[in-house]
Amino acid sequence: MGGLLVKNGFVYDPLNNINGEKMDIAVLDGKIVEKTRNAKVIDASGMVVMPGGVDIHSHIAGSKVNSGRLLRPEDHYKDVEARTAKTRSGVGYSIPSTFTTGYRYSRLGWTTVMEPAMPPLKAKHTHEELNDTPMIDKGAFPLLGSNWFVLEHLRAKEYEECAAYVAWMMRATKGYAIKIVNPGGLEAWGFGRNVRDIDDPVPNFDITPREIVQGLCKVNQLLNLPHTIHVHTNNLGKPGNYITTLETMKCVENLATEVNPAIHLTHCQFSAFAGNNWRTFRSASEEISEYVNSHSHVTLDIGQIIFTNTTTMTADGPFQFILYQITGNKWVNNDVETETSSGIVPFRYKRKSYVHAIQWTVGLELALKIKDPWKTFLTTDHPNAGPFMAYPKIIAWLMSQKARDAVISKISRKARHKASLPSIDREFTLHEIAVVTRAGQAKALGLKNKGHLGIGADADIAIYNLNPEKTNLAKEPAMIRQAFKNAAYTIKDGEIVVKNGEVVKSVNGKTYWADLKASQSLLEIEPELQKVFEEYYTVKYENYLVPNHYLSIGAPIQIQTKV
Amino acid sequence: MTLKLQLIKELRVPIDAGCICPDTFAGKSLNEIAELQIWEGNRKRLLNSLFELKEDSQETPDETNIHLTGNLSRVQRIGAGMKGGEITVQGDVGMHLGEKMLGGTIMVEGNAGSWTGSAMKGGTIIVKKNAGDYIGGAYRGSTKGMQGGTIIIHGDAGTEVGCYMRNGLIKIQGNVAQFVGIRMRNGTIVVQGSAAERAGAFMTGGKIIICNNVTSILPSFSIDSIKSKAKAEGEAIKGPFYLFIGDLADHGNGKLYVSKNKNEYLKSFEEFL
Repeated sequence: MGGLLVKNGFVYDPLNNINGEKMDIAVLDGKIVEKTRNAKVIDASGMVVMPGGVDIHSHIAGSKVNSGRLLRPEDHYKDVEARTAKTRSGVGYSIPSTFTTGYRYSRLGWTTVMEPAMPPLKAKHTHEELNDTPMIDKGAFPLLGSNWFVLEHLRAKEYEECAAYVAWMMRATKGYAIKIVNPGGLEAWGFGRNVRDIDDPVPNFDITPREIVQGLCKVNQLLNLPHTIHVHTNNLGKPGNYITTLETMKCVENLATEVNPAIHLTHCQFSAFAGNNWRTFRSASEEISEYVNSHSHVTLDIGQIIFTNTTTMTADGPFQFILYQITGNKWVNNDVETETSSGIVPFRYKRKSYVHAIQWTVGLELALKIKDPWKTFLTTDHPNAGPFMAYPKIIAWLMSQKARDAVISKISRKARHKASLPSIDREFTLHEIAVVTRAGQAKALGLKNKGHLGIGADADIAIYNLNPEKTNLAKEPAMIRQAFKNAAYTIKDGEIVVKNGEVVKSVNGKTYWADLKASQSLLEIEPELQKVFEEYYTVKYENYLVPNHYLSIGAPIQIQTKV
Repeated sequence: MTLKLQLIKELRVPIDAGCICPDTFAGKSLNEIAELQIWEGNRKRLLNSLFELKEDSQETPDETNIHLTGNLSRVQRIGAGMKGGEITVQGDVGMHLGEKMLGGTIMVEGNAGSWTGSAMKGGTIIVKKNAGDYIGGAYRGSTKGMQGGTIIIHGDAGTEVGCYMRNGLIKIQGNVAQFVGIRMRNGTIVVQGSAAERAGAFMTGGKIIICNNVTSILPSFSIDSIKSKAKAEGEAIKGPFYLFIGDLADHGNGKLYVSKNKNEYLKSFEEFL
């Protein structure tokens, strides 16, 4: 592999404190190096150079994504991509086919994407789809918040045993981090019930969501996992749920260490609703951002709404059922044995709907009111709040008040008067954009070689045709959108894969998983697990495990645990 | 401008001919039209490789009219999205005729395929013989069926006529197969002949008028009254009719008119009136 030299670009590399300086980036053998000789030169003068984008939360693979595809033929036929000499054909607007997903991310300049909801039982399917998603590095978070083993261990306060189980789970499913969705609620949903708040005990298990979150947070620390617990709160999508969200953040306050945050709240927009019902519904971005501003143990991603026709899909079965009742749309709901649940409902976000318009403001308010960009990340919870192809739009909204005002003038009048967004004049700089789209997310995920351009980092680079010296970007949102929509170059592992928004080379990315090295206790739980599998599971223990060779390019991250 | 297109080849694979549409032809010379692109199976072809084109110079109306002749039963998407003008077909046509059309007229002297007038918003489609399934229906998975305009079928139609229909008028002079008006929300379907099972399944609004025999009434419909006539877009149809309301399984408020004289077996419903 020959070297590459990216010359004279405005480099934004927040993790190395480089803020728009004109400099060269040298690449050799897929890594950033100090200098190369006889390298191919990319002239990036007058362009912005950033590390490849990182997405901490995007539903791109797995059985529910596939069910979503089956559910929505009308989503596909309007958005088709023909085969080219380098790429395969594909379809999909809100739920693109796997190959199209990879190509589209790459065109935006994104190079690492995490699939955040993998039911352990469906891990093989998830990895099969991830194998077929080219151009990006990826990983998957197994759902553990309503798992019977976890609930039983945590009820008995056996944290070490639970840690051993989670370590086994990461290895068995090739998972990367602990995902918690509506803790306890999904187990209750198996019996047609839900938990009302964070202190409502889970039926049949006598454990509260608070204990689950705290317990798994402790387990996460015992295991030294690179990412924090990744939490989708209870009561998501209900008016007044911000109290639950605040309680969820508070309950792990004392577990935080100075170095690492303790909890990641995902698609926080859906968890920041105030009011008693949909009529008195209002934004709670003020309360959430105030708390996050005064505490250092929380990171969150916004889950920004896009006004479009999309598909909602979460592991939160009860929430999806409510969504079905609201919309009357076609729906899918599923109980995944002893582990979790899931649901899918197509959904259209409308500008003129008061609730949807407020939701749109909540996401942006969270991003703009939280002062430290290292605590808040840009996502659309793809495809729940909108497809990831809308990232350029959101970047423009964050960077330009003019772009926001243009949308605000079109939303529901009641929302326009009630929202606090019109009064916010903060505009993100390119440096802050680099934090919320790449550096911050890579740091939160604990991916040491991603999200920066320091020596030794993976040579994942995005180059955008944008000149911050020549134009006042805040006044030119269309230019921002255009530049981020079609990356001038995307470099993946030292190879040019996208040029001027066209895929020029198809490459396969790695799949990261946490290879946890635990003591003897890991081996001791296997016979016990086998017994439980015989009794409760529909699959054999041996068929449940995802073997190493199942991943086309596996990238285990070796971690020494404390158990 | 009036254009005559004669099919010059026997077709073995489906043709995607969305370009055969007055709006596409308007303002183009004969040579430009001849070089429009169509798909024969997975091969790109030019229009003149399958059709012989002639311009009828004798009449010069303002609108673009297209006359098609030949067995076009494998040619799909004729008149897709058309806004005005007229298409007449001497012979059979394939699927998706007048898909999403907004205005104008399509007249077919032979049979039409499935999905005729699917998701159309305006204009008129007249089929002189029989038509396939999903007349005025929605694209697979979509909830937007026909939203306006008129479809008249002189012969029989297949299953799921007016699937997810939201507005407009469908008239079938012959018989229909199962599930006429499934999931319809609004609009009117008139069936002069008889209807097979499950008429109006999941309908939440709109009107279905069946002037002849109906095989059965879904149990989720309840009888409302007996009407001496039924109205379809201003036109009165002589009854008497039993009026059923449904589909109650979907909290629906759709109206299902069924001829009283042709369905003696429904007499037992009268005791619930």
